[in-house]
Amino acid sequence: MSVLAVHSLSKAFGGVRAVNEVGFAVERGEFLAMIGPNGAGKSTCFNMINGQLAPDSGEILFEGKNIAGLVPRTIWQLGVGRTFQVAATFGSMTVAENVQMALLSHAREIYSLWRPAGEMHRERALDLLEQVGMREAADRPSRELAYGDVKRIELAIALANEPRLLLMDEPTAGMGARERHELIELVKRLVVERNISVLFTEHSMDVVFAFADRIIVLARGRVIADGDAAAIRDNAQVREVYFGTGKTFAQSTSQGAAS
Amino acid sequence: MTLSAFLFQALNGLSTASGLFFIAVGLSLIFGVTRIINIAHGSLYMLGTYIAYSFATKIGGVLGFWGGILATALIVGAIGALIEIVLLRRIYRAPELFQLLATFALVLVINDATLWLWGPEDLLGPRAPGLGGAVEVLGRKLPTYDLFLIFVGPLVLVILHFALARTRFGRLIRAATQDREMVGALGVNQSILFTSVFALGALLAGLGGALQVAREPANLATDLVAIGDAFVVVVVGGMGSITGAYLAAVIIAEVKALCIGIGVVDFGFISVNFSKLTLVAEFLVMAVVLIARPYGLLGRAQATVRSIAEPEEPIRPATPMLKALAVTVLALLLCLPLLAQSSPYLLILGIDVLIAVIFATSLHFIMGPGGMHSFGHAAYFGLGAYGAALLVKWLGVPMGLALAAAPLVALAGALLFGWFAVRLSGVYLAMLTLAFAQIVWAAVFQWEGFTGGSNGVIGVWPPPPFDKSWVYFVLTLLLAVTGVLLLRRFLFAPFGYAMRAGRDSPLRAEAIGIDVKRVHWLGFAIAGGVCGVAGGLFAFAKGSISPETIGVGRSIDGLVMVLLGGIQTLTGPIVGASVFATLQDTVMRQTEYWRALLGAIILLLVLAFPQGIVGAFAAIWRKGKIEKSEGAS
Amino acid sequence: MRPTRHVFYLALAGSLAAGFAMPASAQNTIKIGELNSYKAQPAFLDPYKKGWEMAVEEINAKGGVLGKKLEVISRDDGANPGEAVRVAEELVTREGVAMIAGTFLSHIGLAVTNFAGQKKVFFLAAEPLTDKITWANGNKYTFRLRATTYMQVAMLMPAATAAKKKKWALVYPNFEYGQSAAENFKALMKKAQPDVEFVTEQAPPLGKIDAGAVAQAIDDAKPDAIFNVLFGGDLAKFVREGNTRGVFKNRTVVSLLSGEPEYLDPLKDEAPVGWVVTGYPWDKIKTKEHQAFVDAYKKKYNDYPRLGSVVGYVTMKSLAAGIAKAKSTDTEKLVAAFKGLKVDSPFGPFSYRASDHQATMGAYVGKIALEGGKGTMADFKYVDGASVLPSDAETKKLRPAAD
Repeated sequence: MSVLAVHSLSKAFGGVRAVNEVGFAVERGEFLAMIGPNGAGKSTCFNMINGQLAPDSGEILFEGKNIAGLVPRTIWQLGVGRTFQVAATFGSMTVAENVQMALLSHAREIYSLWRPAGEMHRERALDLLEQVGMREAADRPSRELAYGDVKRIELAIALANEPRLLLMDEPTAGMGARERHELIELVKRLVVERNISVLFTEHSMDVVFAFADRIIVLARGRVIADGDAAAIRDNAQVREVYFGTGKTFAQSTSQGAAS
Repeated sequence: MTLSAFLFQALNGLSTASGLFFIAVGLSLIFGVTRIINIAHGSLYMLGTYIAYSFATKIGGVLGFWGGILATALIVGAIGALIEIVLLRRIYRAPELFQLLATFALVLVINDATLWLWGPEDLLGPRAPGLGGAVEVLGRKLPTYDLFLIFVGPLVLVILHFALARTRFGRLIRAATQDREMVGALGVNQSILFTSVFALGALLAGLGGALQVAREPANLATDLVAIGDAFVVVVVGGMGSITGAYLAAVIIAEVKALCIGIGVVDFGFISVNFSKLTLVAEFLVMAVVLIARPYGLLGRAQATVRSIAEPEEPIRPATPMLKALAVTVLALLLCLPLLAQSSPYLLILGIDVLIAVIFATSLHFIMGPGGMHSFGHAAYFGLGAYGAALLVKWLGVPMGLALAAAPLVALAGALLFGWFAVRLSGVYLAMLTLAFAQIVWAAVFQWEGFTGGSNGVIGVWPPPPFDKSWVYFVLTLLLAVTGVLLLRRFLFAPFGYAMRAGRDSPLRAEAIGIDVKRVHWLGFAIAGGVCGVAGGLFAFAKGSISPETIGVGRSIDGLVMVLLGGIQTLTGPIVGASVFATLQDTVMRQTEYWRALLGAIILLLVLAFPQGIVGAFAAIWRKGKIEKSEGAS
Repeated sequence: MRPTRHVFYLALAGSLAAGFAMPASAQNTIKIGELNSYKAQPAFLDPYKKGWEMAVEEINAKGGVLGKKLEVISRDDGANPGEAVRVAEELVTREGVAMIAGTFLSHIGLAVTNFAGQKKVFFLAAEPLTDKITWANGNKYTFRLRATTYMQVAMLMPAATAAKKKKWALVYPNFEYGQSAAENFKALMKKAQPDVEFVTEQAPPLGKIDAGAVAQAIDDAKPDAIFNVLFGGDLAKFVREGNTRGVFKNRTVVSLLSGEPEYLDPLKDEAPVGWVVTGYPWDKIKTKEHQAFVDAYKKKYNDYPRLGSVVGYVTMKSLAAGIAKAKSTDTEKLVAAFKGLKVDSPFGPFSYRASDHQATMGAYVGKIALEGGKGTMADFKYVDGASVLPSDAETKKLRPAAD
């Protein structure tokens, strides 16, 4: 059974079909990229999977259970982790507390009124931070961190509930090329260790082509291609929507790396 | 009520609506652009009436009246600009809502200044030259001036609408209302924009006040009445929407006119005087609108404004020094009863201060860590107080039981109102809490048979041995310390963390499985319950309570205490409440112009401690530590 | 640290020290605590303060009482019962006053009345009108100077019944004073004129009247007569709207307090001519004692007295008389002395009834007239409070809580 299976997913905004009969699947342990030009419907699709938007129609099966229309926190509780396009942490907490928060929630302890939270799950939080290379920063206020580091914290938070599926919306947005690769390498290592499936959207093609096991391409709300890196590179329709014709991804990846 | 009477009352409503629109539109513009909740807006409106009165009577005639109205608008606009430049500009970087504290101080100062300049008597201006009479409409006489107002409101609306749509300045205002950061990015001089918007808002308030000079006397209580009306209209219409403000003004004015027109209706088994509903009509409208449309009639969800203030520090358990300090203070307080013989008043003041501490700490619980700015916290104070007092009055329960029931009554109220309130955020949440508080107030005020109406409940004294003030003081101290420590404990527990998580980033919190609304709802309820303890203690300390216990004034006092102490610190509300309660007591007996003095002291505090008193000390402390550690390395 | 902060620390330290320090108590004065809503009700209370200040000056100029000078410690009560009770406690416990006096709003007066009863402190309620202070909630330690709501209404009853109007409209501010005035009026009217009909009741919130709509609603109810309890800014708005809309034309209007200069003078030339009112035509009362009062007041303040001035003045005169009669400031002795205490006032002599602790100082009833572009009262007469108060036996039933 696929970890995630999407069938005929549709969503319209004021008559515009942002996502139209989209269907795809993520297999266990798979690192799946979803790409497409701006306005292709990636974010809409993503937000329906993570529960921020309710689909007009279609099914989203997570481990066989339809999660379409559920709220984000329920989906998270089922075992789906996520990171945000613009990193969001709890600014008034330390790095470790940010991770502890997720652990507390995972343990269903947030309504506890008595035990001091500072010491709860701290070891586990430090352990997670260790794994994303942020152990040193554990007691710093999270708002003081550099952007790349915040992304790592988010990753630690996302791993806190031992998800089977990780949704990452543009995980490397706003990062330099080196940082970008480091982060995705880290993600890949961590999810492979845990056999977590990943669905991510990404703008930088270098990352996509270097790391994704499989790529699906969205354009005007529909899936126009689905395959491995080589297949996508050679797909005429993909080239069409991205560049008109003439250009190739080979050029684009080098540009992406330089920017 | 006949159809023609009904239609005529609708006309009356329209002229009142124009007045409301003038009060509200400036506030809406100012809030839209600067995000400042300008409590002094009503004071500017009041100044408008006074200044226009002086023009109309000192110069007189057509020039004095009509020219005076225009001149007044310009003068009040200039005063607005001055306030922005001299005061508000210095504190834009302070934590959210802190500017509210500064404008609150201005209310006090301006009111006393007006008293000093114009004297205490109501000043009824002359009738408008040329518009003093009445015209026949529907067989009734409509004052010509009302007719004029019916048209001048929409006229100003249209002018403003085009000015905002067609001019560069207008476009900037609209852009800033939608996204303040974008305007900064466009390379616009933000301080000029803020000053001009503040001046424009003040000018409109001044114009509104000046136009009333022919209808009502200049009166020193106008400032608070006007600001109350203005907030309601702005929020019902939708913050930043001037058309919404007009629409809201019309709806509220019409509802009131209708209530008045209906008058007493006999339903056979009960007769209801609808004119009494005008007491609370606007708040009922507001509550209904906000529950149905969380951003007001024509308001839109605002882009979340990233606060330009310094963000909050992570909370830390009390340092040994703080613990030592707390123990010392507690020990000193426990010694106070020893002074009961030599200075008994100290204990009475002490009781008041401790009650204020519980009140402010519970408000801070939701305002600070919860990020829910309640403008109606007095509701839970009042529910606690009335809960306890009415149990004594009707059932004769002993004090212990009544005090135990107080938080439960408040908790029930907070659970009910909180459920609606947490669905909103920001200033809308604040106004919905205010609306609920006003509804509770009105219910208590009107339900004479049960609550004693405006007289309240009298004769709720503590039985022996608590009738001795030192015993009651110890009881209050015990409950205050318990309350404060309990809330503190909650804040350090996972629940408190979850509440802050929901405030810092609701999206992220939801994404890690936290039901933010539920957490905030329960937080709201807990704060309400603890606040109820303060109310119960208050009832027995004073021996009587009246609807003022629930009044807007008490809610504002709570805000002032929290902001004064520092909203971003946990000890802030304790210090803020102690300082404010003591100051108020001291200042009130220093001078005839105590309001101005209190205002001036708050202004000084605002300028000296833009993060609140404890916030400032904490910042100094942190700076010292950093310097020390840098020196050592 | 910025300099403002230093200034502030000093100020804070200073004010805290001032707050905690015990005031130096002078042994050779009699301390009277006074509290009132000065900031909230300045129009009435500013003249009131001038009145009592003048009285204290006069008393002390003649050597004080019992050989001691009077010292009045006056406080603002924040227009809030809770605060008022604290202020009263402060006056008693910290300042060590022998008695307290004052208050304006009914609910504050009631709260302080209750405080006085509980703490056994002598309290002279100067201004609040609610009947409850001397009746339903009356207690041993509380006396009241001004004519009550009931008395004021009763004073107007002869004129109201003489008008022989069947349909009445009522308008009153929606709080204790307005409500109880309306209740009293309805009860007394029904008794005097059983066929009376109340065609509408308008109860706008205090200070927030929507005058145009209210005036219109009254007009639409087509009453023959109107009973008004509005005062202050509400009254001014209502009168202007009513005049413009012709609401008062050919209608009898009976109105509480509207003849008091505090409320009549702001109306200037729009004063509603012909209204039957209770009030204080200060410039037309030619009695010797009143003339002396007006002359002294004008000389001292270069201003004419309002009713508040009289109330303030007589409050202190009453206290002085009471202390003199008790020959002590002991609370129990003061209470005993005030029962039946006779006091000379600018309105002539009156007394504090032993039965309900209510003073019999009356008020002037007359018709509003315009003279020289200003409102005044014509055809007025002084109605002695004693003549409208219920008998001592009836009173006893009204005071369940007392003694």
